[in-house]
Amino acid sequence: MPAVGTSVVRKDGIGKATGRTKYADDLVFPDMLHGRTIRSTIARGRVTGIRYDFDTTGFTIVDWRDIPAAGRNVVALLEDDQPYLVEQEVLHLAEPIVLLAHADRETLNAATVVIEYEREEPLFDPETSGIILKSLGIDKGNVEAGMLEADVIVEGTYRTGHQEHVYIEPNGVIAVPEEGGIAIHGSIQCPFYVEKALKSLMGDDAYIRVVQTETGGGFGGKEEYPSMISGHATLLALKSGHPVKIIYDRTEDMVATTKRHPSIVRHRTGVMKDGRIVAMDVDIVIDGGAYVTLSPVVISRGGIHAAGPYRCDNTRIRGRAMFTNTPPNGAFRGFGAPQTLFAVEAHIDRVAEALEMDPVDFRELNALRPGDTTATGQILTGDCSALDVLREAVRRTDFRARREALRGTNRGIGLALFYHGAGFTGSGELRLASKAKLALTPTGVRILVSSTEIGQGTRTMHAQIVADSMGIPYEDVEVAQPDTKKVPDSGPTVASRTCMVVGRILQRCATEMRERLGNLTPAEYFARHGALEVLKEHEPPAWIQWNDDTYSGDAYATYAWGCDVAEVEIDRDTYEVRPVKFTAVQEFGKAIHPALAKGQIEGGTAQGLGFALLERVVMRDGGMANASLTNYTIPTTLDTPEMDIVILDNPYEDGPFGAKGLGELPIDGPAPAVINAIRHLAIDVREIPATPEIVYAACASR
Amino acid sequence: MRFTLNGAATEVAAHPMSRLLDVLREECNLTGTKEGCGEGECGACTVLIDGVPVVSCLVPVAQAEGHEVTTIEGLGDDHPLQHHFMNEAGAQCGICTPGMVLVASTIPADASLDDIRVALAGNLCRCTGYEAIYRAIMKAREATA
Amino acid sequence: MRSALTPLELRRPASVDEALRMMRDEALQPIAGCTDVYVGLNFGTLATQRFIDLDRLDALRTIDASGDTLSIGALATYTSIMEHAAVRERLPMLVSAASQIGGLQIQNRGTLGGNVANGSPAGDALPVLAVAEATIVLRSAEAERRVPFTTFYTGYRASVMRPDELIVALEIPRVHGRQWFRKVGTRAAQAISKLVAAGVRNDAPRIAMGSVAATTVRLPRTEAALATPDGLDAALIALREEISPIDDIRSTGDYRRDVAANLVRRFWTDTA
Repeated sequence: MPAVGTSVVRKDGIGKATGRTKYADDLVFPDMLHGRTIRSTIARGRVTGIRYDFDTTGFTIVDWRDIPAAGRNVVALLEDDQPYLVEQEVLHLAEPIVLLAHADRETLNAATVVIEYEREEPLFDPETSGIILKSLGIDKGNVEAGMLEADVIVEGTYRTGHQEHVYIEPNGVIAVPEEGGIAIHGSIQCPFYVEKALKSLMGDDAYIRVVQTETGGGFGGKEEYPSMISGHATLLALKSGHPVKIIYDRTEDMVATTKRHPSIVRHRTGVMKDGRIVAMDVDIVIDGGAYVTLSPVVISRGGIHAAGPYRCDNTRIRGRAMFTNTPPNGAFRGFGAPQTLFAVEAHIDRVAEALEMDPVDFRELNALRPGDTTATGQILTGDCSALDVLREAVRRTDFRARREALRGTNRGIGLALFYHGAGFTGSGELRLASKAKLALTPTGVRILVSSTEIGQGTRTMHAQIVADSMGIPYEDVEVAQPDTKKVPDSGPTVASRTCMVVGRILQRCATEMRERLGNLTPAEYFARHGALEVLKEHEPPAWIQWNDDTYSGDAYATYAWGCDVAEVEIDRDTYEVRPVKFTAVQEFGKAIHPALAKGQIEGGTAQGLGFALLERVVMRDGGMANASLTNYTIPTTLDTPEMDIVILDNPYEDGPFGAKGLGELPIDGPAPAVINAIRHLAIDVREIPATPEIVYAACASR
Repeated sequence: MRFTLNGAATEVAAHPMSRLLDVLREECNLTGTKEGCGEGECGACTVLIDGVPVVSCLVPVAQAEGHEVTTIEGLGDDHPLQHHFMNEAGAQCGICTPGMVLVASTIPADASLDDIRVALAGNLCRCTGYEAIYRAIMKAREATA
Repeated sequence: MRSALTPLELRRPASVDEALRMMRDEALQPIAGCTDVYVGLNFGTLATQRFIDLDRLDALRTIDASGDTLSIGALATYTSIMEHAAVRERLPMLVSAASQIGGLQIQNRGTLGGNVANGSPAGDALPVLAVAEATIVLRSAEAERRVPFTTFYTGYRASVMRPDELIVALEIPRVHGRQWFRKVGTRAAQAISKLVAAGVRNDAPRIAMGSVAATTVRLPRTEAALATPDGLDAALIALREEISPIDDIRSTGDYRRDVAANLVRRFWTDTA
């Protein structure tokens, strides 16, 4: 029986449901110490003195001078600007300065380190900071000529706030001295990112092994920051000669680690009276925080998605990631696209309104179709499903009739149309050159990839692809724990690429393995001939052409498409808006595992509803002032509505069994759908989270 | 201090103000109980005391003295809820799952979907949007009905 | 947990009398459901190191509805309040409040006495006790005294309770008229109140609010205005002068002021 397309039992299900699965904090190593990070309490300045106000007996104390001679004080990622430990200059609150380790956690926590500073005036406003971390420009046609031709020009500014990942397992790693170097066991999305970062810390020749332990959620939040924590644990382990465990508590995790970039997006759109969009001018500012980290890639994906899934011959997109003296913002599911898609989809409803057009009619007229070109000039083919998802969502919710019926009540209904590019941008996948490996075992076959299981179903979905490609039972496929000494580098587990890209490599490995086995089963072959391995490298579609300088060409190998419909209810006394019904129609090629795919959509939708309505990071003096789960509120069971999830099939030829990427798509739609539903209540909110205070202010200013 | 842990008499040497959570994880080596927030907000550390769900990060071990404590390990490996959480993909990253399963085990068989939502309002999940969790609980009840 | 355990001490009396003697002889912080105290311990923000555990004092868990006065033991949990038939019948607004405090796990542990003792201006049950004209029964090793709820708090988290006293019960007279409760939280469940209000509608209407001042407050001028014919408009004007909400990490003063007025209006129309 084929495994693909059926909801087989997930590989890690029973371990998780019985509590037997071990996460980083569940592991204990002999003679292990606990580590603690002493952080800056100012947003900008210089360290002038460090005082240790405790009995240092039994403590391991590390500062930047303990970095190995062969290494550098740099968390290697895109730019070499972020140090593991402050040398002198402090650029944000909660920046690591000193590390402590001790066998007894209580003694460790009681230690007081006093740091003296010379303060400098911090920059908190990304619009006025003046320091650009990365800028980009996308140009198609002539936007000014398009504006001149337009009958109507509609402008608007849209804002999104920080968003905290709130994986329920906070960040944590253990560094263990091994083979004269270090082994990291931790809650990690990208083991080879950690390896690269530790190479910069310890020198290229150092022994470094990175093992991903079971990970309690990531959502992008464990993409880059674990490199920092791993470096800290490593320094303590190298100096003490003991294993060192660093587990953040919730407050430290919220204050110190990355968040979704806040954004300010300005739109100017020229339309003809008949509804055709003739010019789109988009300006994006995102707050990068104090170091570059992944901001260039976030502004890139944000910029590419900024014009929305619409045809327009004259488009100009400008994007800037700006420096501020706040903890660096980083990867978060969607990676810039949720911000810019929120802006464009909220704006599109206002453009339709300016023309007195129905928002569905307006989108039908302008939505991208096969043969159209995107803002970067990519020609779309049959994998473009904008109209299909829109029409199905409208049909399924009886949108037009419902919109009419709700008029004048306390309920509003709105929709959002969106798309999400799968995999790394442009030539990124070619540069990554990801690898995957299959190895025969005495009973079947083992998958060796660095793609991590962070809840989304990596192991299960990869095993399904391999099982069917080899024609063997799903149960005969096992998945190795990601360990950089054992698995090849399959690229990071990000960017909705784990199924489409790594799954595709595995499919090719499995096909070759099947050929080499001939008529033998894996067990028979193993018994007769012994071990057999097949390693393959990703081959991106040859037609992809991308120019990094002009930001033009084929931005992604393919796109997934979605249309979300939100029905909300407002309490006119309290200005609370609650989602009461949510419909998500999404096309991502083919669902390898329908139940897991549905879970991605439901979970991404809930996270998107939190982004839209509840999740507000309060920044004070450059730091998160509400850093607790009491005061940063994610949706509970009573904040999430009944969801109707519809998955449309449209197999993609270069994906395994037709699959595209799915992980990020579901978080793009909820915020604009909700804001448009609020707009349907005649309340003009252009900012999220649309907390009751924001809705109140919008009502009060009317 | 003595209490009954998953049906067996247990004695622990911890400080009486130790969090039950830490005693279970570190002294009793039962790591199925997870810490997500340390302030009683996320429910990942839920255990049952005398059959009643509580968050073990807010319970001094002294207050467990003489009581029956049930952790996820106490449900064994073959509880219908565990199978349905697995089959319905009610567990994604799995860190909230032990707490969810324990609370679900106390929900009366005649509870409506709304009742289930109310009962689980003290357990945060960031992966599933809760829908698959409801499906798992409903399926488990159908199976045992 | 950030707080060190070693310096902490815990007394565990087996009876109320023993507890009161300990309270007389030592400086001790009472703990019961621990839903507040462990937040402070976990975050390392609690200075107190000496605690007295009331958990074994089962005498303080009793809910007695046999007389005209409903007596709720200080250790009655929110769950036991919600499940108690007489409380459901006589004080539905308290049941509403209890059902919206935290999730199930918190309701199973949190106590009414703890909500009063903690004295947060956002305490969910406190406006109910204010409009129910509850009396707080305080006992020390020497004496017992009764303090009307409305005179109990003297400022932000400050009260007339002496260090040697324990809250043993809340006494609530029969409430005549329609009861009303509304919590405005930061989300639909497991939320801290941004505003919380309770009201009783009769010839002498009563209304109380939390998170609009340093303590939970009764609003006497608003009440007086409501008691007059067509007094709602006057009540809303009085309200503005009676509350002093602030901006904090959960909400804004402007929002709270406006929504407080809406809640008074809602109370009045819901109970009409």
